[in-house]
Amino acid sequence: MTLTASMRPARAKTRVSAAAHLTDEQVEALGAELDAIRDEVMGSRGERDAQYIHKVLLAQRSLEMGGRALLLFSKFPPAWLAGTAALSIAKILDNMELGHNILHGQWDWMRDAKIYSTKWEWDHADPSEFWQKSHNYEHHTFTNIEGLDRDLGYSVMRVTPDQEWSPKYLIQPLTNLGLSLIFEWGIAIYDIELDRVQSGEKSWKEARASIGKILRKARKQLAKDYVVYPLLSGPSALHTMAANFTANTVRNLWTHAVIFCGHFPDGVETFDESRLDGETRGQWYVRQMLGSANLSGSKTFHLMTGNLSHQIEHHLFPDMPSNRYAEIAPRVKDICERYGLPYTIGSLPRQYGKVVRKIARLAFPGGHERYGTPVAEQTPRVRPLPVAPRADAAGPARLAS
Amino acid sequence: MSAVGQFGRSLGSRVGRRVRSAAHLLTTPLLPDDVLGTLNPMWSRRDPRARVVRIQRETADTTTLFLKPGAPFAAHRPGQFIGLGLRLEGVWHWRTYSVTSRPGDELLAVTVTAVPGGRMSGILAHGTPAGSVVALGPAAGEFVLPEPTPEKLLFITAGSGITPVMGMLRSLPRNALSGAVLVHCDRTPSDVVFGPELRALAETTGLRLVERHTALHSRLTPDALTDEVPDWTARETWACGPGGLLDDLGVFWSEAGDPDTLHVERFRPPALLGTEGTGGRITFTASGITADAAPDTPVLIAGEDAGALLPNGCRMGICHTCVGKLTAGAVRDLHTGELIDAAETPGRPVRTCVTAPTGDITLDL
Repeated sequence: MTLTASMRPARAKTRVSAAAHLTDEQVEALGAELDAIRDEVMGSRGERDAQYIHKVLLAQRSLEMGGRALLLFSKFPPAWLAGTAALSIAKILDNMELGHNILHGQWDWMRDAKIYSTKWEWDHADPSEFWQKSHNYEHHTFTNIEGLDRDLGYSVMRVTPDQEWSPKYLIQPLTNLGLSLIFEWGIAIYDIELDRVQSGEKSWKEARASIGKILRKARKQLAKDYVVYPLLSGPSALHTMAANFTANTVRNLWTHAVIFCGHFPDGVETFDESRLDGETRGQWYVRQMLGSANLSGSKTFHLMTGNLSHQIEHHLFPDMPSNRYAEIAPRVKDICERYGLPYTIGSLPRQYGKVVRKIARLAFPGGHERYGTPVAEQTPRVRPLPVAPRADAAGPARLAS
Repeated sequence: MSAVGQFGRSLGSRVGRRVRSAAHLLTTPLLPDDVLGTLNPMWSRRDPRARVVRIQRETADTTTLFLKPGAPFAAHRPGQFIGLGLRLEGVWHWRTYSVTSRPGDELLAVTVTAVPGGRMSGILAHGTPAGSVVALGPAAGEFVLPEPTPEKLLFITAGSGITPVMGMLRSLPRNALSGAVLVHCDRTPSDVVFGPELRALAETTGLRLVERHTALHSRLTPDALTDEVPDWTARETWACGPGGLLDDLGVFWSEAGDPDTLHVERFRPPALLGTEGTGGRITFTASGITADAAPDTPVLIAGEDAGALLPNGCRMGICHTCVGKLTAGAVRDLHTGELIDAAETPGRPVRTCVTAPTGDITLDL
């Protein structure tokens, strides 16, 4: 349901967007700086990047085959442990660094039919084509706009106080836990768009076609993990079944945690639909930065998150090869500092803690004091620049003194 | 082919299909071939690769690559070309080159002449050492001898145009070469690709070889041809070389001979009739990519430059690998000038490599 202004509960307090102090010219200058980074990186894509994605692909395939081979003997606890670990990592790599990023078209420039957005299919309950629509288009275009970005709470949770409270949200801490356990199925069901069927935007016929496609894929996915490999394992069948279930669940918990930390922790802003009226490229960039949060960690951690730990960079440039996000992160952070914008970042446990706290608080009515949406639109842009822009062409002034 | 052999083969392919579909249960949503190809590209059957086993320098600018395909590779017909793909700076590039080995030879030979300014040909001719791996595209092309072989054969070639004809000469039985004529034009004797082999063939088989060295002789004219090959109008002719030569031959044959007996192979498309079009924006429906094309830019080139992954083969209008259905707008055929309008023939397949948009178009690719 799309909230209209009249339905929105009155706010106790109106918070100010973190970007309220920027003039239109500054927003466009920021946009130009980000465009320059994009052009520079996209123009330098080459062999090094191609080798990177091939290396990840080889690692993922080897882990998956190695893990599944070990699990043929899963009756032996060491084989079960090692096999389950390898398969869990393989499934995470498949979903995140490979699937998510390839489906974004990050690697289309190589013109390699095997690593191409429209030809890729992932080890996930949701068919690639559905994901591309709901994620690449709706979520990335309408990031954090209530009523348009269906990823805000995945239409089952209240993640901003601007969503009208109803008693069904009381159980949302449990909903969240359940969703995290079955995340891939949650996403597949979400892409049937039952909420849109209810509101009349989607016909039952279309929904049935979606369900058919999902079932056809799900049948093969389930057969692989819970029938074929267990049967091949002979006396280890039940152990293999349990191992595959564990690997799927580990992948679900991990991807859920990473994805929820991208947009729902404290400090991340949501916007209302009016934001889109005549939104410029600069303003689009600002919305993406304010609507996303990063995760800090090691190189391996970034790989395991599919580089979604660089959620801010990813939302600025969704089709940039993921191995480049870490390289541009210091420059994006520098831009945020110079323009006085927040660059939200924290460790996974810290950020996930904030997400859980927010979901718990918003299970109850209210929540504006802490989580109210800042309304940049209502804030007149009168604050003068702390420092006048530099005269040189290198970029706008350093705002933070 | 015996019935037993056929039965065996169909049983084999049935068993193969069963095995593949069983293996697919293990690799879904991927195909077994995807997994094998990732572990070792040479193992892929759907995306065949070949290793360069050795190279042979033919002339200063021409090299023959001897290739060992990783998976069984469908045989070519002499005179056909195959696709070669290379990853350059991370991006796949494809071109086609004539096969110069015989069908059934242990190694597949492809002869490449470096074209000045060419991105692929220079690397293949000079920068692809033995041990390199290249991607293979299927053999294609209509420049082949019919069955049975015509009795009176004439080949007219110039420069690297000898390569598809060399594939034919090597494959023909010795007695079929007797009485055949090859007129080959090149700058000097040492520029002639396969020069020593051609001269030896002429000595041992009764093939008549006429070398014209353009550093000394003038261009080939109808009179000169009549002097060299008085009975040229009575021969079935295969010609390959620069566009200018082939255009001239086309005129001779339509004026003095029977145009149906002249078969030509062009390495580059004939001069494009691009000026009449207006160019326009191309929308590719599969990827959603849009590309702006100038009046003389083929749809394929504009699409690739915009990052679209498009089927392609010969890239000059011969093989029809690149066709896509035109669902909206109109394109002009850059060879014939023909206008193909979706309003008149909706969904008509067009060859993207030799058509350019006139106005905005939508292609089902």
